[in-house]
Amino acid sequence: MGAVNAEGFRALFEPRAVLVAGVSTHPGKFGFVSLHNLLASGYAGGVYGTSREVGEVLGIPIVASVEDLPDGVIDLVFVCTPAAANADLLRACAGKGIRAAFLASAGYAEVGEEGKALQDELVALAEELGMLVAGPNGQGVVSTPAQLCAQIVAPYPPAGGIAIASQSGNFISSFMNYSVQTGVGVSRAVSAGNAAQVTIPDYLEFFATDPVTTVALAYVEGVPDGRVFYERTRAVAARKPVVLVKGGATAGGQRAAASHTGSLASDDRVFDGMCRQAGITRAATIEEAFEAAATFATQPWPRGNRVVVLTTAGGWGVVAADAITRSSLTLAPLPDDLREALDGCLPPRWSRNNPVDLAGAETRDTIPEVIDLIVGHPEVDAVVYLGLGIQSNQAALMRGGPFYPDHGLERIVLYHERQDARFAQAAADASERYDKPVLTATELAVTHPDNAGPVAVRASGRICYPTANRAVTALDHLWRHVRNRQSDPKE
Amino acid sequence: MRLAAHGIPFPAERVVTTASEAAEAAATLGYPVVVKLGGDTIAHKTERGLVRLRLGDAAAVHEAATSLLAAATPDDGAVHLLVAPMLSGQRELIAGLHHDAQFGMTVMLGVGGILAEAVADVAFRLVPVSRGDAASMIDDLATQKLLGPFRGEPAVDREALVDVIVGLSAAAVADPSIVAADLNPLIVVAGRPVAVDALVEVA
Repeated sequence: MGAVNAEGFRALFEPRAVLVAGVSTHPGKFGFVSLHNLLASGYAGGVYGTSREVGEVLGIPIVASVEDLPDGVIDLVFVCTPAAANADLLRACAGKGIRAAFLASAGYAEVGEEGKALQDELVALAEELGMLVAGPNGQGVVSTPAQLCAQIVAPYPPAGGIAIASQSGNFISSFMNYSVQTGVGVSRAVSAGNAAQVTIPDYLEFFATDPVTTVALAYVEGVPDGRVFYERTRAVAARKPVVLVKGGATAGGQRAAASHTGSLASDDRVFDGMCRQAGITRAATIEEAFEAAATFATQPWPRGNRVVVLTTAGGWGVVAADAITRSSLTLAPLPDDLREALDGCLPPRWSRNNPVDLAGAETRDTIPEVIDLIVGHPEVDAVVYLGLGIQSNQAALMRGGPFYPDHGLERIVLYHERQDARFAQAAADASERYDKPVLTATELAVTHPDNAGPVAVRASGRICYPTANRAVTALDHLWRHVRNRQSDPKE
Repeated sequence: MRLAAHGIPFPAERVVTTASEAAEAAATLGYPVVVKLGGDTIAHKTERGLVRLRLGDAAAVHEAATSLLAAATPDDGAVHLLVAPMLSGQRELIAGLHHDAQFGMTVMLGVGGILAEAVADVAFRLVPVSRGDAASMIDDLATQKLLGPFRGEPAVDREALVDVIVGLSAAAVADPSIVAADLNPLIVVAGRPVAVDALVEVA
């Protein structure tokens, strides 16, 4: 582990200049795509390329050998060359002062015994050279503070606080696609590939110390050394939230055992217990994992589990209340003084209970006032706000219909859209003012992502949850993490 | 006993070798009693029918003890009779130790006692556990209603249950030769868990 250190991670995530080794002129090959993505995403450092065919690709001069490159300028090499060529390449790179490598190359442990031997040699070489070698067989590395997109696939996500490490490159893409969709950004993302030298716990430990990262998000399939994974990840989770999703959870199953305890000890139950003990937030699905991470990254942490649901119509609130009842959260009894305060700004047909159902009773300024009253109440720890965007949805129908812009439609359309933007902003403002989570959920976030409501939620830096259930699940993860921190001095 | 030294609560139990001694022990402990056939190689007594419950008088104890001794097979080696008071509780839990190939020694808590495998409501943690870990295992169980006041019996004493989990963990730490253990059933008597039967497997 000698070469896996802060200096190596700095070279990987904040390189002053990057070399792409194995540049191709063919736009379908990794050696072209990686160079393209690096240049297209606005990376400001120097970019160099080597290839057997010298010339120029995408405006970058391509040289035949690492020997032809300047000394002490380049920090990271992105390797697209065949496995057999990589030992010589890395030696030459080390000679130029390169401190980190990302190996996209396949042909290592994933192809059998021969590849495994090659991979062992790679790790020994990395240690000998004092070089951090990520991969091999990975899709790349992203670092938004450096505008670094050194990967062989899309997308490049917006900047933010989520740091991702994955044993599957595809899920790096999936998480970053959700980042693009929701606007909740990413700090670092790295595909661990075969994780030969640098393992998931190594990345997580770096994320724990990384000032631009607020939450770590990981996908794992196998955990080769379970005890070490537990000890190290527990230490990370004590510093920053770690959201984890595990593939292969149902594999293994229960086994025959002499003891009753042993026959109940399925792999997944033991793994789940390990996560609880380590303070890891374990998500069941990829979207749940992203939404939990996005919630950690953008919402204040709740101080308790008393939730109020605010809805503009009945059914939404009922279903949200059901979800809360099934979680570690509680549907807060509506405090008497809050009920009286709400009576003061609502006509009598509102629910007068939690969920706070406005039942269509709102006028121009009602929703921002109600949000502020509820979020600000000392006996409320978190709020789930439902019904945003219905006015703008109607506005979209009017705007696209045959009567627009006559009959006063233009004016009302603009009014509806302004109102939804106001409501979304009011939710974000109250959340910040009172330092409490306020989660906004509407299916319009995915069915009509250009609706003024979800647009304004994204503009406020928050995720607009696609359903109340998913908002409640995310809030449940947030609360469980807070509760775990509060209650567990390790004795 | 390996586990009793770490605070695992067991019922008062007498070890005897003959049916007459069993009847004498029962009279001392008070009726009703349980009589079990024990021996170093005997596991899963319930499945083999080697546990006789609710024996109300000397004649019943004598008869049960005689048939248990007759049920021993040559594979069982040296056997003895265990006489214990018949504890009554409507709720049965299970706790134990298991060595996981990936994560090493683990401790488990579950509901259901002898039905535990069918109920499959269990929580695991890695050994060693803190009291906080143990408390969170109790919280993890889905069947929380079984842990509250139940059919005239008081709520399960959570601290006593934490003691059992922490005790199992401590026993595993203290004796690395332990590879598995079952406390099954762990009967809730007046709110407190008592390990009516225990199995410890050593390497």
